[in-house]
Amino acid sequence: MTLLRKKDRVLPGLSITLGFSVLYLSLIVLIPLAALALKSAELSPSQWWDTVSDPRVVASYKLSLLTAFFAALVNLVFGLLLAWVLVRYKFPGKRIVDGLIDLPFALPTAVAGIALTTIYAPKGWVGSILEPLGIKVAYTPLGITLALIFIGIPFVVRTVQPILQDMESDMEEAAALLGAHRARTFFKVILPDLIPPLLTGFALAFARGIGEYGSVVFISGNMPMKTEIAPLLIITKLEQYEYSQAAAVAVVLLLISFVLLLLINILQRWSNRRLRSVKGG
Amino acid sequence: MAGIVTNPRSGKSQPARPHLTESRAVRYTLIGIALLFLGLIVILPMVSVIAESFRKGWEAYVSALSDPDALSALKLTLITAAIAVPLNTIFGVAAAWAITKFKFRGKNLLVTLIDLPFAVSPVVSGLIYVLLFGAQGFLGPWLDKHDINIIFATPGIVLATMFVTFPFVARELIPLMEAQGVQDEEAAVSLGARGWRVFFKVTLPNIKWGLLYGMILCNARAMGEFGAVSVVSGHIRGETNTLPLHIEIVYNEYQFSAAFAVASLLMLLAIITLVAKSVLESRMSQEH
Repeated sequence: MTLLRKKDRVLPGLSITLGFSVLYLSLIVLIPLAALALKSAELSPSQWWDTVSDPRVVASYKLSLLTAFFAALVNLVFGLLLAWVLVRYKFPGKRIVDGLIDLPFALPTAVAGIALTTIYAPKGWVGSILEPLGIKVAYTPLGITLALIFIGIPFVVRTVQPILQDMESDMEEAAALLGAHRARTFFKVILPDLIPPLLTGFALAFARGIGEYGSVVFISGNMPMKTEIAPLLIITKLEQYEYSQAAAVAVVLLLISFVLLLLINILQRWSNRRLRSVKGG
Repeated sequence: MAGIVTNPRSGKSQPARPHLTESRAVRYTLIGIALLFLGLIVILPMVSVIAESFRKGWEAYVSALSDPDALSALKLTLITAAIAVPLNTIFGVAAAWAITKFKFRGKNLLVTLIDLPFAVSPVVSGLIYVLLFGAQGFLGPWLDKHDINIIFATPGIVLATMFVTFPFVARELIPLMEAQGVQDEEAAVSLGARGWRVFFKVTLPNIKWGLLYGMILCNARAMGEFGAVSVVSGHIRGETNTLPLHIEIVYNEYQFSAAFAVASLLMLLAIITLVAKSVLESRMSQEH
């Protein structure tokens, strides 16, 4: 405990709480994650590369990344719209709508998965309307995207909403006084301040979508090369007792998540700085 | 992954001043599009869970829920949450205490590492325990020799659940306790209070709603986790299935209304969670 500066230790319990926290963190999180790295290292570099560059694996990465990206893009637009409507307008049932935004956080993913599949399957409530139009949702990449839209929507709404709520109206007031049209005011005055939280929400939804399993696995159809997401492929490898290969596929997936997490941290720092400079100026 | 986003204290909408808002037509159109989107993506699935679970009538609904496999899944889900939530709560309180009441090197790293499980795919969260404790895992042979089952048994399910719900309580408490500072506790210490007394008499009353909030989110995820648990469970009927896994098995056997009946139970849990969450949010915003 030589790292600790003595003068700060007025309150009791540092060594026991810090010690327990680090021990628990190591046992539950760090050591198991290290096992993943070690297991994937059992493959030689060329075996490792063969595993992660296998066409079926690459197809699954591509599918997971693309569907998560498009879902996050849809959520960017509708998340902003929902946040806007909830902060700026009054309408009956607004409190309930606001509460429902969090449902995807609270609802077990398997429940969301079977419900969305049933609605958007060819014989489902919405699927049967779309089928004659030639649009297939369930068991296609579109269905995967839909499930990821469900999972990701709270991230964008909940990052944009507080910023929109705290926004001062004086800049808008000035723009209106200077004769700017509302649409112009929105794009020139309001939107620029919302870009950091929008990007943060987008990145959070995107990161979550890449690893998502429960809500997707029912609606995706799970056809190799076509609708097989990366997390499912990990399970397939595991069921074939290809532990090291499963670990290699997982390591790449994990690295993608970490890069996104890093990006989110940078964005949040940028966003905080921006807010401070806006408020200070 | 709830809780990764700070929760806005919803409420006050700004007074509508005509030059600072849109025309009535634009407002109604935007509200309409937003509600339609939410209806198709969020509300319709909820309605369908109810409709599908009662499709074969009340009796089928009751018998789906009282099926022995469903009951044993319910039991396992409750056991798992009863272990994972308290342990992660103790961790969350301990970590938040160390992080917010003291200065030490590596604090930022610790805070980042606590969030790590949120960045890991649920499937990978299960996989890491299989690699550690599975038959071909690092400790597999040793465990086998000593006849200890972790993977395809309750301990694995509990561990995977602990991993995915790891950050919830800590994440809620750290910003809250950071904002409250150390003055109250230091005053108590200078008045002669010791250790646990400081925590129970001074800190706990200050953080009780935030703590409960974190625990509720932790519990919802613990009871609903699918991906991570699916990897370690082995899907042994009546033994290693939690409620979400039971739903999958029944659904894949084309017993749709039975699957939805069990799903409606978990949806009820989600709704209770959301109501509790919103009650706690308004409590917390009143107190601060």
